Amino acid sequence: MLWGRTIRSEIPRGRIREVRHTLDPGFVVVDHRDIPGRNFVALIEEDQPCLAEREIRHFAEPVVLLAHADRDKLLEARVNVACDREEAVLDPERSPKTFKDLTIAKGNLESGFSAADVVVEGEYRTGHQEQLYIEPNGVIAVPENGGVTVYGSLQCPYYVHRALKILLALPDEKVRVVQTETGGAFGGKEEYPSMIAGHAALLALKAKRPVKIVYDRAEDMVATTKRHPAIIRHRTGVAKDGRLTAIDVDILMDGGAYATLSAVVLSRAAIHAAGPYRCANVRIRARSVMTNTPPNGAFRGFGAPQSQFAAEVHMERIAEALRMDPVKLRERNALRPGDETPTGQKLGKDTSALAVLREAVHRSGFHRKRRAWAGSNRGIGLALFFHGSGFTGSGEVKLASKAALELTETGARILVASTEMGQGTRTMHAQIVAEALGIPYEGIEVADADTASVPDSGPTVASRTCMVVGKILEDCAEEMKARLGKMTPREYLRRHGPLRVTKEYRRPPGMRWSEETSRGDAYGAYGWGCDVAEIERDPVTGEIRPLRLTAVQEFGRAIHPILAKGQIEGGTAQGIGWALLEDVAMREGRMANAQLTNYLVPTTADTPAIDAVILDNPYPHGPFGAKGVGELPIDGPAPAIVNAIRHLGFDARSIPATPERLLDAGARDVSP
Amino acid sequence: MRLTVNGRRVNVAAPPMKRLLDVLREECGLTGAKEGCGEGECGACTVLLDGAPVVSCLVPFAQARGARVTTIEGLRGREALQRAFVTEGGAQCGICTPGMILAAAALPKKASKEDVRFGLAGNLCRCTGYTGIYRAIRKAASKGR
Repeated sequence: MLWGRTIRSEIPRGRIREVRHTLDPGFVVVDHRDIPGRNFVALIEEDQPCLAEREIRHFAEPVVLLAHADRDKLLEARVNVACDREEAVLDPERSPKTFKDLTIAKGNLESGFSAADVVVEGEYRTGHQEQLYIEPNGVIAVPENGGVTVYGSLQCPYYVHRALKILLALPDEKVRVVQTETGGAFGGKEEYPSMIAGHAALLALKAKRPVKIVYDRAEDMVATTKRHPAIIRHRTGVAKDGRLTAIDVDILMDGGAYATLSAVVLSRAAIHAAGPYRCANVRIRARSVMTNTPPNGAFRGFGAPQSQFAAEVHMERIAEALRMDPVKLRERNALRPGDETPTGQKLGKDTSALAVLREAVHRSGFHRKRRAWAGSNRGIGLALFFHGSGFTGSGEVKLASKAALELTETGARILVASTEMGQGTRTMHAQIVAEALGIPYEGIEVADADTASVPDSGPTVASRTCMVVGKILEDCAEEMKARLGKMTPREYLRRHGPLRVTKEYRRPPGMRWSEETSRGDAYGAYGWGCDVAEIERDPVTGEIRPLRLTAVQEFGRAIHPILAKGQIEGGTAQGIGWALLEDVAMREGRMANAQLTNYLVPTTADTPAIDAVILDNPYPHGPFGAKGVGELPIDGPAPAIVNAIRHLGFDARSIPATPERLLDAGARDVSP
Repeated sequence: MRLTVNGRRVNVAAPPMKRLLDVLREECGLTGAKEGCGEGECGACTVLLDGAPVVSCLVPFAQARGARVTTIEGLRGREALQRAFVTEGGAQCGICTPGMILAAAALPKKASKEDVRFGLAGNLCRCTGYTGIYRAIRKAASKGR
């Protein structure tokens, strides 16, 4: 096997003049001219090349690929990419190129503002965040059967499959993608694996030998996608009694150099931008733009954490402006069953905003601590939030995901492309099937996520693997159970031979969505959460230390309570990191702190006690009542923490809320 | 160079400055120790060197001469701890788990909450928020070893 390496641009923007090297014949060298198919990473747009041809749009853009049997020689090899530098666009507010814009509107903004007693305005900013899965990106490409097989650490085998077919001009059956045990992903292995798999495949096909590419941490951090930074402005009209009369939001997201998933990240951000609140007059305008920085992409939450950070810190400022209890303000406006969201979606009985709010406030002793800690170095704050499960709008209908069950001697084998990356896919799917089939859990197997043998159950993203894919599996199991009748699996196989049941996604009745107007049912269901953050400020260093985080969340029904709790606890910790520690320092379009010594993520010493609480409220179209849980927990911690910092008297409006930024923010007027 | 790996005396020929992590993975075929950062920050490569946890990406092979090295493959007598990582949600993706379990195995016998927190501060986990890991360690301690 050969080792592969990527030679990347050293400038944020320019044109390649010449590529020079004097490598010996032991090296396999690939550039864009070796691409047999089309030179782009297939996703939504066709703008991002797999290997740059002339134009350089960001630092660390792949230009040339090398492979060699000796890893040391490979790392020592020098390739000179000479470029003519051009002026880079680094500030999203000055970007000349918009990837996507959209507006969500309902009611009449003008009459909403004229009905208001008070108008509150504000701007809120969130930074990049690195997924920081502990296992960096890595793949092995093996040339075989006139095509290629890729084994890799990835979330979406069929995304990679499609990208390779287009890049290599190969038919379906000549490309095989197999997920290997994946050491964390969090969205970071949603789209990027299509790039690294393409690179390894190009090298392997040219070398006619297997090629392995594994990024070290620095390359992974410099080159791969991150959470989109956002600048969000709110203007809200509110009556004296706290009733929201008008909400006007403007979202700007930095997409980085190529479109990747920005359009869908943006739409999820916009749909969640007003927070879980009722208001008759709403306008949400959202835009994602190009900058000459590495492309941003999927990260747990997918736009919703950014827009709900702004919504919840703004809500706190509205409470401050009205001198109103922040819980009371939220209670007054929280969405209830039967209410309509800004897209006009009428909410069902599984709407738990009030329930999670009340439980979190009660459980944390919010009011008592808020009073007792006033004026001290301790603060307490909360955030109310929601998160749509599954693909946005008509996304699930377009995906038309399929799942299958195969009868075995002891029970059944699950065939899905949904991947296990620590969140418990295999366990949870096996539980659903065992329960629906009425066969012990031990009798259920799960096939490897291998495109040669499993149907395309869609990508493992968007909190859809339980609610959407799990439901298809439940359908499969019900049909299999009916076919079995009174027979055991063994008896059935003896009498009738092999049995395989394949089912496709069924849209819940009554769901509708218009892509053009962003109107309708944006998601099949929403999870609901309320976080209460308790913090302490070090009077000497100014650091904020989280003491305790109470996270009360409702996502239908937990299929496996320990795994579901793990999602809440882990997502909460990532949200705490985003709020306080994780600071991507972009200098001239390059991540300057691309190592773990200075990009800090929470250790045990930075992570407080997390009190995760699960409330039940079954969703009729999810398997056994379940909705999605993967992303919901990361929406709440950052605004809850910043609102606790506001309780200390700092006018914090952006994250990460480092001591330096808090000094800049300064004390707000806390006089009564 | 002679050393003891997981209780077996072995003789390994490798450059003295090669990282112990690479010697274990490439020369000894023990892939339980993982490389997460290569600079001693994440702890995914943790092994026990004469019983004490070290980050094997920062240990030159020469430093392991004559030493007892224990990797996750060779950890014995700590089944209750390993089992508790499974049942209490102490492991999700699993990439930090070998290092985390070795770091947990090296904690003092009657570790306080703060001992555990401090003892694991060199091992990053991005999945669990550490809460499930604490539960696992507590459960194993309550069951005895």
